[in-house]
Amino acid sequence: MATLTMSRPPFGGFSFENCKRNATLEGETSKLGFSLPAARKTGTTICGVVFKDGVVLGADTRATEGMVVADKNCSKIHYISPNIYCCGAGTAADTEMTTQIISSNLELHSLSTGRLPRVATANRMLKQMLFRYQGYIGAALVLGGVDCNGPHLYSIYPHGSTDKLPYVTMGSGSLAAMAVFEDRYKPNMEEEEAKRLVRDAIAAGIFNDLGSGSNIDLCVITKGNVDYIRPHDEANKKGVRTGDYKYKRGTTAVLTKAISPLDLEVVEESVQTMDTS
Amino acid sequence: MNSRGLRSQLKDSVPVAGLCPQGAYGVQDSLRSGFTSVKNELLPSHPLELSEKNLQLNQDKMNFSTLRNIQGLHAPLKLQMEYRAARQIQRLPFLRSSNLALDTLRGSDESIGFEDILNDPAQSEVMGEPHMMVEYKLGLL
Repeated sequence: MATLTMSRPPFGGFSFENCKRNATLEGETSKLGFSLPAARKTGTTICGVVFKDGVVLGADTRATEGMVVADKNCSKIHYISPNIYCCGAGTAADTEMTTQIISSNLELHSLSTGRLPRVATANRMLKQMLFRYQGYIGAALVLGGVDCNGPHLYSIYPHGSTDKLPYVTMGSGSLAAMAVFEDRYKPNMEEEEAKRLVRDAIAAGIFNDLGSGSNIDLCVITKGNVDYIRPHDEANKKGVRTGDYKYKRGTTAVLTKAISPLDLEVVEESVQTMDTS
Repeated sequence: MNSRGLRSQLKDSVPVAGLCPQGAYGVQDSLRSGFTSVKNELLPSHPLELSEKNLQLNQDKMNFSTLRNIQGLHAPLKLQMEYRAARQIQRLPFLRSSNLALDTLRGSDESIGFEDILNDPAQSEVMGEPHMMVEYKLGLL
């Protein structure tokens, strides 16, 4: 730092000081053939569906870091408020932090109004924040909840556009999940039917997309009640070892046995106290 | 009466449209802002840098113009007077002030954003040099 003093007080928020340095570093390392470490993403399948009494949200549980699975059982359904939950796809840290900030803001807002928060409020807060950062915060979200106006489901894209729909899917496995939805969705389903539909949609994403895998988490939100089922279905169980390479006792036959006892006398006994103070 | 000297007011009052250097006459103030390079000044290091720097200013402009259209000229004038008064409640320049009145007026005491979590000025590792900061504020430097 070539400065002697700072004349302006520091302010918080994102600091862009290192951007030029990072761009140069990236240029240099790519010339040498290396690549900078990738952010942890949740190449994902997330989806939601509105049924008769509420909303069912579903997500897989794999988090990837480039071509490696970073977390086999991560939780992608985030708490926003007692009646609103949000699934997140995209950069894992971005979805985590964004949903936490919006959850705090919604709590402050609901304390200020004295009412249960509405899904539309959460939606507007999220879209305004994501638009402010012009898509550099890579968070694609499925927001669902039940409030005084009934069940609502929104999908929110990283640049800040939102859609209010009866069924939505996001993430790398969204096309597979959407295919299942388009085939079997009916308005005003029962809870069991809706849970089966979401489970099948996430399973389609898990089995047909490399970025999604492991288990299926479900979250059923109805008026006054939330059922966070984790895991709802262990679609990919790790196998149990069937064989063992250790030899059993008796594999080698015993021909003779000779026992000779060792006579040991006590020659000297001394006690050394430990300082345990 | 504004407690800042006239010279320091002139230096900081130009709304930041681009990344032009902050010294007097637009020349880089090497003592305070370090060495320069033409590329640093012409291009922002990140597309969001400019918009984030001007965010508060732009939001206020938008809100005030909406308020003027809805409620007439008096409403934004009165509010701006209150903002100006609240902005004067500060500790000495090198100490951190809580800006409580300004936060309450803006409504930012009821919301949490990235500026409260990342790069918290309370955890800053550097401190401004007291003498130079006070002289800058009084416009003597």
